[in-house]
Amino acid sequence: MIALLVRDLRLTFRAGGGFGLGLAFFLIVTVLVPFGVGPESALLARIAPGILWVGALLACLLSLDRIFQLDFEDGSLDILATAPIPMEGAVAMKALAHWLTTGLPLTLAAPLFGGLMSLPGQGYLWVFLTLLIGTPALSMIGTFGAALTVGLKRGGLLLSLLVLPLYIPTLLFGAETARRAIQGVDYAQTFAILAGVTAGSLALLPFAAAAAIRINLR
Amino acid sequence: MDLVVRDLTVARGGVPVLEHLDFTLGAGQVLVLRGPNGSGKTTLLRTLAGLQPPMAGEVGLPPEAIAYAAHADGLKAQLSVTENLAFWASVHGTRDIVPALKQMNLESLADRMAANLSAGQKRRLGLARLLVTGRPIWLLDEPTVSLDTASVALFAEAVGAHVAGGGAALIATHIDLGLEAEILDVTPFKADPSVVATGAGAFDEAFL
Repeated sequence: MIALLVRDLRLTFRAGGGFGLGLAFFLIVTVLVPFGVGPESALLARIAPGILWVGALLACLLSLDRIFQLDFEDGSLDILATAPIPMEGAVAMKALAHWLTTGLPLTLAAPLFGGLMSLPGQGYLWVFLTLLIGTPALSMIGTFGAALTVGLKRGGLLLSLLVLPLYIPTLLFGAETARRAIQGVDYAQTFAILAGVTAGSLALLPFAAAAAIRINLR
Repeated sequence: MDLVVRDLTVARGGVPVLEHLDFTLGAGQVLVLRGPNGSGKTTLLRTLAGLQPPMAGEVGLPPEAIAYAAHADGLKAQLSVTENLAFWASVHGTRDIVPALKQMNLESLADRMAANLSAGQKRRLGLARLLVTGRPIWLLDEPTVSLDTASVALFAEAVGAHVAGGGAALIATHIDLGLEAEILDVTPFKADPSVVATGAGAFDEAFL
């Protein structure tokens, strides 16, 4: 399974692998929003956590359809399905590879890009922390969506439609936690729910995604 | 470690394509599947590989015994020949890829990116993957497509060595590999496509 992770990481970093696409998109969003809403820094500071979260979520969405589609087209998925590693494990590794190449860079970049949005002082820490806890759920839910739509022609649109509603709890509680922490209000509850959504997705979705792939390979 | 097929019916998209198949593939045997295009050879191989459930009948085989090679080779264009092969080797828990490279005459191409291989070279790499799986039963779907005469001979030699070592192979092919093989023509087993599946599961199957 480690071999699968290493291969996926290697493929992403090689030419044409798509690493940096999400990051560039995230940068564009955070650069453009201040132009769109105007230079008033009090307003920007108020919407900064939400914009950073929405930007990260959409950036995550960009690379989802690559998770299984390429492996499906070149026949690797058939071979993986007959290989001795369990499909659930393969799916979890795919999600981990997606997080390492998309979610983690976005999380690390968010505090940097926060400067463009006049993010308040303690906001840097909290946007970083909530993204760190929340983005694994985005990758796992996205992997599940990709598993459902693998093999469909033009499945990318369907994938986005399927995944976006599932992303809402993470977005809601992630951005809300950051906002509450910045305002100095009690954030323990929303933070716990954010972590709960991530833990639940990581525990359950590999099984659902593996089942979806088995059906799609028929 | 025999592959035993009893009264098997295989279906594609809920429509039966082959029915009442009965055969046994034992160690040291090569069985060649014959039949016109669209007769269900690929569907049969996919069912035996466990990628789709049989419609009726039984497939008996030891666990983790199948190495399946389809039309697509499962190669990544951005990885080199060695990297591609080493990946599949470690997925299957084996390490040594040198004999496989040697046997399929890929040594001189070891560091070449798969994107820069010719169709025949890719095919050879795809077949080399079978050698690193360490699995006893090979299911091969048109393995000789885009291979030249020398490579076909090379491949036949690899199958021969595998079978001599106690393995077995089920090959769907239209050409004569020059192997000592039994031939199974699937034409007589053709199912009546109007008999669509009925009963529980048939409705779901139409959507899956």
